[in-house]
Amino acid sequence: MLIGLQGSGKTTTAGKLALFLRKKARKPLLVPSDVYRPAAIEQLVKLGNQIMIDTFTMPEINDPLAICREAKAYAMKHGCDTLIVDTAGRLHINDEMIEELINQKKLLTPRETMLVLDAMTGQDAVNIASTFNEKVGVDGIILTKLDGDTRGGAAISIKAVTGKPIKFIGVGEKLDAIEPFHPERMASRILGMGDIVSLVEKAQEVFDEKQARALEKKIRKEEFTLEDFRDQIKQMKKLGSIESIISMFPGLSKFRGAIDFSQAEQDIKKTEAIINSMTQKERLFPTIIDGSRRLRISRGSGTNVQDVNELLKRYMEMKKMIKKFTKGGIKGFPKQLFMR
Amino acid sequence: MNLFEKIREGLTKTRDQLLTRIEWAVKGRPISEEAFDAIEEAIILSDAGLETTEYLIRELKEKWKRGQIKTSDDIERSIMDEVEKILLPVEKEVDTNTHKPFVILTIGVNGVGKTTTIAKLAHFFKKAQKKVLLGACDTFRAAAIEQLEVWAKRVNADIIKHSQGSDPAAVAFDAVKAARARDINILILDTAGRLHTKSNLMEEMKKIKRVIGKEIDGAPHETLLVVDATNGQNAIVQAKTFHDALHINGIIATKLDGTAKGGFILPIAHTLKIPIRFLGIGEKIDDLVPFQAHAFSRALFHSKD
Repeated sequence: MLIGLQGSGKTTTAGKLALFLRKKARKPLLVPSDVYRPAAIEQLVKLGNQIMIDTFTMPEINDPLAICREAKAYAMKHGCDTLIVDTAGRLHINDEMIEELINQKKLLTPRETMLVLDAMTGQDAVNIASTFNEKVGVDGIILTKLDGDTRGGAAISIKAVTGKPIKFIGVGEKLDAIEPFHPERMASRILGMGDIVSLVEKAQEVFDEKQARALEKKIRKEEFTLEDFRDQIKQMKKLGSIESIISMFPGLSKFRGAIDFSQAEQDIKKTEAIINSMTQKERLFPTIIDGSRRLRISRGSGTNVQDVNELLKRYMEMKKMIKKFTKGGIKGFPKQLFMR
Repeated sequence: MNLFEKIREGLTKTRDQLLTRIEWAVKGRPISEEAFDAIEEAIILSDAGLETTEYLIRELKEKWKRGQIKTSDDIERSIMDEVEKILLPVEKEVDTNTHKPFVILTIGVNGVGKTTTIAKLAHFFKKAQKKVLLGACDTFRAAAIEQLEVWAKRVNADIIKHSQGSDPAAVAFDAVKAARARDINILILDTAGRLHTKSNLMEEMKKIKRVIGKEIDGAPHETLLVVDATNGQNAIVQAKTFHDALHINGIIATKLDGTAKGGFILPIAHTLKIPIRFLGIGEKIDDLVPFQAHAFSRALFHSKD
């Protein structure tokens, strides 16, 4: 059961949690019970559709208790093992609304009552957390919007005052932008020391090992095409923005904000657009790209011919490099190393 | 309930926190240096920021040394006066009669209450007999368009929308065209929440502004930043960053009823000097009140009345 103030990010977090749990081979059921905010239920239904996770709704019913009761029965029948109940946002000082939450909790007897908290709340977060804990009872906390400029120092005070653990952190707008909370990583974040562990984990999740092996084979056979190049770019992008990757390297976080990474991001985007504007044949056999094709590609991608030329030049250089490596390099390299 | 009572009620948490501390320090004893330390602490705890708080305390001490402050009542009155002085320059009501259509672009970080505030605004303008059109430029968040649609129906305003995932600038373009064609007084554009740290989303917003500006000279006439009072100090950072990137004409502070950090309004007025247009002080549709320096400072520090 997710509870919290208005606008703390409960509904988005519900979607993220569902996706997270499914990755852990569970079968979650999303239960929107926010009958107050216009289109709140619809929002969760849409998120559920996006990630193809079942959402339980009862049109025309605006009693959160009834929805919860029926959702439980539905989950039993359909073999869902985890209910994620989204509740309406409310102020911790609004007794009437808190009462409703207490009743909802009594009915659901949730395994986890999670307080969703906006990390930007700063030190007032402590008041909010302890009030919710006293009145409703909280098992854990989810800190959201940690991708802003807050370092999350409130995490320390919340834990100290309420004694409740922080279970997850929300780190972006996309539905996979949720991470289990790791105190040592948060500590290095608060101190600005980078987070190499999270980076490696993320890379493992994004890069497919099979794909990587297939690519290696291609490189050995000198078949690395522009198509493969584009796949590489796509995978890179899944890792996050250059800035966010940089900030995870220890010692590099100080460059965050000091250097404008948007230019580099722009270049990557441009490259992708150019390759997207080619036909498949052109991607596989770039040598056929002549002057008139270059003009067409540049128009299609909103760039100019020089940009296309630049990209093709870089690609050819890359191919040459690969050739050098595969001929004498990669195969010969380990041998040389051991023969000595 | 009149306007002042509404503001007063909305600021209950902030006022309680401030007054208990201040009264404890000054009631029934001669005023001393220590009393000012306690007052300083109380004001800082309301998230008024160091710079503004120090300024206030300096002014108060001046008065005290000049013999203008003798009793605890004098202190309360003087704080109120000083706060009002800080706030007065940002008390500027938005004049929507200057252009037709008058275009308002609302921006803010995620979850501050942009869409709800727009509904309240539309309601406010409709009460003043204006023709209002809403533009659903939040094409990113799931069901954001539907949310605005429900509100449009409730306040009886027209709405221009595209489907989710479409270009927000294109929606803005259509909305501006429609506003002209339908003889609309005020066009309010809703946009997707964006953290102030995301430069790509700032660029998107600049594009929306450009597109509107091309259609109507000088539009948007009001770039309105919505900030969440529960964010306290961070709201000030937000205001600064958004202002640097997009030049803001006005601010609406929401959720003042849920926090004891209502003092964050002070540095916005004192250092940023951006007009504060409205305050959101409750969940109901008419819980949006025009900002008034006098009422706000009295509601912040006056226990009686």
